[in-house]
Amino acid sequence: MSRDEIIEKVKETLVDALGVDDDEVTEAATLVDDLGAESIDFLDIVFRLEKNFSIKIPRGELFPENLTADASLVADGQVTKDGIAALRQKMPHADVDAFAEDPRVENIQGMFTVTMIVNFIENKLNAG
Amino acid sequence: MRWFWIDRFTEFESGKYAKAVKNVSLAEEHLHDHFPGFAIMPGSLMIEGMAQTGGILLGELNQFKHIVILAKVPKVTFHSWAVPGDSIIYTATLTNVGEEGGSTEITAHVGDRLVAEAEIMFVHLDQKDPQFGAIDQKNFVFSMNLLGILDVGQAGDGSEPAGE
Repeated sequence: MSRDEIIEKVKETLVDALGVDDDEVTEAATLVDDLGAESIDFLDIVFRLEKNFSIKIPRGELFPENLTADASLVADGQVTKDGIAALRQKMPHADVDAFAEDPRVENIQGMFTVTMIVNFIENKLNAG
Repeated sequence: MRWFWIDRFTEFESGKYAKAVKNVSLAEEHLHDHFPGFAIMPGSLMIEGMAQTGGILLGELNQFKHIVILAKVPKVTFHSWAVPGDSIIYTATLTNVGEEGGSTEITAHVGDRLVAEAEIMFVHLDQKDPQFGAIDQKNFVFSMNLLGILDVGQAGDGSEPAGE
């Protein structure tokens, strides 16, 4: 499957899961701020991706949970260097470089973009 | 009023699908207000019936180890209505199951007529979950009380629901 095909299918998935319009789902759109996703929607998105791409997505792989639960990885509301290293390892599909420029905890959800999902699916399909 | 929006399972295949029947009756108080002179089964209560059918189907898969909560109704469409005397047949199919919950597709038919169809997503909750206390029990799809439907809701001749 080409990247364009993956993008198209991911967009369809998000339109179904979030009830948004086609044109809102740009590749740079963030799931929470731009598309209005709530926590429960993340599980819905995972279920739909599994179905639409015939893959299995283990819990926490696409959308890691409790990213800042480890107090040693956060200081003064910012993710520390170790924390960023941990993010890189947990989320190779995300644009951690962009986040690292302003690593405030509240910016973490900004990494959750349409492109992040596309990257994840592409890695998954290539690995499989 | 008891929060039972299905009367009996008629078919149940573990992990796959379940069919339940809801007999609509004028003895139900709310039908006299919904609407005066034009009694129809409220759509919201059809969603409850669908959720109880799908929620028990999901719960049974894990031997009711988890509490099943209705988390999201991504899609619901009402095509027509059901009136007193109708038997609504809810057919729930599990479309995805994970450790965190599951998704179902559910239809409601009266005879051959499609009354409603929906997608309903559930999440699992365990009593040891720190968020457990924060959740209103009204959101639980079933309590042990409702599970009685699986035991007593058999045909009058004592036969098991088909498909088991």
